[in-house]
Amino acid sequence: MTTILPRKDVVIVGLGWTGAILAHELTEDGLDVVAIERGPWRDTATDFNIGYVQDELRYGIRRDLFLQPTVEAMTMRNNTSQTALPMRDYGSFLPGNGVGGAGVHWNGHTWRFWDSDFQIADHLRDRYGAARIQDLQLQNWGVTGAEMEKSFDRFEYLAGISGKAGNINGQIQEGGNPFEDPRSRDYPLPPLQMTYAPTLFAEVTKSLNLHPFPTPAANLSKDYINPLGIAMGECTMCGFCERFGCANYSKSSAQTTILPVLMKKKNFEVRTESEVLHVDLDASKKHARGVTYVNTSGEEFFQPADIVLLCAYGLHNVRLMMLSGIGQIYDPNTGEGTVGRNYCYQTNAGAQVFFDDKNFNPFVAAGALGQTVDDYNGDAFDHGPLDFVGGAGINCIPSNGRPIQTRPTPPGTPRWGSDWKKATVKAYKSTLGFSSQGSSYPTRGNYLDLDPTYTDRFGRPLLRFTFDFPDNDIRMSNWVSDRMEDIAKAFGGRQYTNTRRKKGWDSVPYQSTHNTGGAIMGTDPKTSAVNKYLQSWDVANVFVVGASAFAHNAGKNPTGTVGALAYHAADAIRQQYLRNPGQPLVSA
Amino acid sequence: METHCLKRPTRRQFLSSVAFTILAGSAAPVMARSISGSLPWEARSADPPVQVKPGGWLFFTLEEAQTMEAVADRLVPADELSLGGKDAGCVLYLDRQLVGSYGTSSRLYTKGPFMPGLATQGYQAPDTPAQRYRSGIAALNAFTRDAKGGKRFAELAPADQDAVLKDLEAGKITLPNKVDAKSFFNLMLANVMEGFFADPIYGGNKDMASWKMLGFPGARYDYRDHVSKHNQPYPLPPVSIAGSMEWMTR
Repeated sequence: MTTILPRKDVVIVGLGWTGAILAHELTEDGLDVVAIERGPWRDTATDFNIGYVQDELRYGIRRDLFLQPTVEAMTMRNNTSQTALPMRDYGSFLPGNGVGGAGVHWNGHTWRFWDSDFQIADHLRDRYGAARIQDLQLQNWGVTGAEMEKSFDRFEYLAGISGKAGNINGQIQEGGNPFEDPRSRDYPLPPLQMTYAPTLFAEVTKSLNLHPFPTPAANLSKDYINPLGIAMGECTMCGFCERFGCANYSKSSAQTTILPVLMKKKNFEVRTESEVLHVDLDASKKHARGVTYVNTSGEEFFQPADIVLLCAYGLHNVRLMMLSGIGQIYDPNTGEGTVGRNYCYQTNAGAQVFFDDKNFNPFVAAGALGQTVDDYNGDAFDHGPLDFVGGAGINCIPSNGRPIQTRPTPPGTPRWGSDWKKATVKAYKSTLGFSSQGSSYPTRGNYLDLDPTYTDRFGRPLLRFTFDFPDNDIRMSNWVSDRMEDIAKAFGGRQYTNTRRKKGWDSVPYQSTHNTGGAIMGTDPKTSAVNKYLQSWDVANVFVVGASAFAHNAGKNPTGTVGALAYHAADAIRQQYLRNPGQPLVSA
Repeated sequence: METHCLKRPTRRQFLSSVAFTILAGSAAPVMARSISGSLPWEARSADPPVQVKPGGWLFFTLEEAQTMEAVADRLVPADELSLGGKDAGCVLYLDRQLVGSYGTSSRLYTKGPFMPGLATQGYQAPDTPAQRYRSGIAALNAFTRDAKGGKRFAELAPADQDAVLKDLEAGKITLPNKVDAKSFFNLMLANVMEGFFADPIYGGNKDMASWKMLGFPGARYDYRDHVSKHNQPYPLPPVSIAGSMEWMTR
């Protein structure tokens, strides 16, 4: 039996970064908003306890704060000739769960995508010709970097990002990223104080005529009061950031930047431990009536609402659309359908340099404390003579010295025994790592759909990944690895490793929780699921907010762009949609 | 402030009750909450870790425990750098893990059908870690009894134990009852290392032996005064979530 609840103006699925931003913005207009969250309530004082949050086994290895596969798993294969099987444990990527979502346990790298990303198909075709990108399904996002600037700025000031601008209104700034696109003002906080490894990385890369700069960080370099009036504390560099909640109010999250204000509002409510099963559409399939959800007692509810906002993790947004019949599921054979299209990931590789005479104190760290080189990222360099498009940021961001996982040893070291122990002790403090985070461009054959065999605890099909690294991205990554080899040599250590990305995406070792696309934004309802305001082309009172909207993934962490898109969608709803509810903001 | 919550179970209770909830419906405790009006802070609602208490085996039989102690002592041998895996409590750690959610795979996706997968698809067999240790240790001892003159693994000389472990690691040994030697070795290696390097509250890493060995300060929380002291050793000894031996009355 389904209990029918009183109507709300807005129902939000998921209370992480985007849900909290949208809830705060729309309640400002007096709308009555309810958020429905699958996981538990979480807050700093209770759940990220300074007495025991530094627990690598519980949070880092057993991943206490994450989505557990028993609640929802996903299936994967590298191509359509294989049979997808469930990832029985998450490995390559780790979705979040609960209030705050993955924003609770991220590292805090907070980037803006390049202006050229938003018009990538036009930009690359104009510069290199159509033949260069013919194997890729690159599409414009429907917005411009200039349109997005104020939303990026709002997110950075909400979150108190520590960094150094490289380009303010076209003026290049000493110490920042000279390749970045113009921003209207500097970051709200100065960069974090640098530890030894990134300091050395900056010296070495400068000597190679590269342009290192402090990675923009959501780990706060100073105390900060954000525009909502919420106070945050200076980061203490404890080295327990990614996979952990911050006990010190020093890492930006919904908890530390929005919820203290949002939760006081009489026109906001969150229901936790309640999983939305689907969005309910009316007979026309063009209007959403609300959502159906089930709580942990097995009770089912129908929550009617005028506006439905899908603000879950991007992958869950895509699956909810598929389970609800919003739009048509993408078919790689015909290229028809939009939901599941342009799934992208991240193309990473890494290097390590082993020294005899250095002590990096790897445990003195913050999730985003480091230096980045963007000389080979995006389209910052001329690809004319090259055989690929895209690029990678090269990052030296030593985020922790937690010893269950962070125990570098030189090649040839046994994995156990006395020789293993000697090598481990020697390398623990004296090894410097850096990595490339590369773009991931869409192809026709990389996509998401529903698995035909495996189901969740409610009997609903799991999301199925069909993904491998495209040839273009492998060529890009290996070319950047050649540049990393030059950097590794220039350190002058005893020896180094330089691991290259290969085809055959492996779902087991952790790589990145930057899963993008599947409900992409764009200009054409035939090739995108949502319009430039993240409004569904098919169901006008549904907005789908998150990295699901990315038409491709850049060589940058997604959260800054996700936060900016949330403000971008909120502005469109407040300033346009509410004047004419139920209508498309862009005519198809 | 308006908070409706009949009873807030811990996450651990929640996780162990998920399957029951779905099957039994209304018989399960009410956990869903509606929160509005303020942050719903409540005293004593935190969920601290439960400290492992030594004494007796909860999962292993005596013979299994002896086998694993011998394995742990070869993977992490006692030498001038630290005590060995056995004395560090790696098997106590493992024993307690195997009776908890890890051992029973209660957080994992365990629905069928089970099919052999590609390496990129990860572990696909139905056996839980607890079942893998039960069958793996039995298979290891059956192998050594057969190949090493009737001796159990723990009864072999250290050099012979090392040789067996190397062959397991390389997949050169075929264990009885279809136990995959390489996969079982990797499971043991991962878990022994977890026990050796995890916080001592979980039963291993006795007296923070591995942290002292590495120079990892453990559960300390504020390094601001050391950030710019590049290339200089950090001066303080490690602390555990449970504090430090030096703080205890002896």
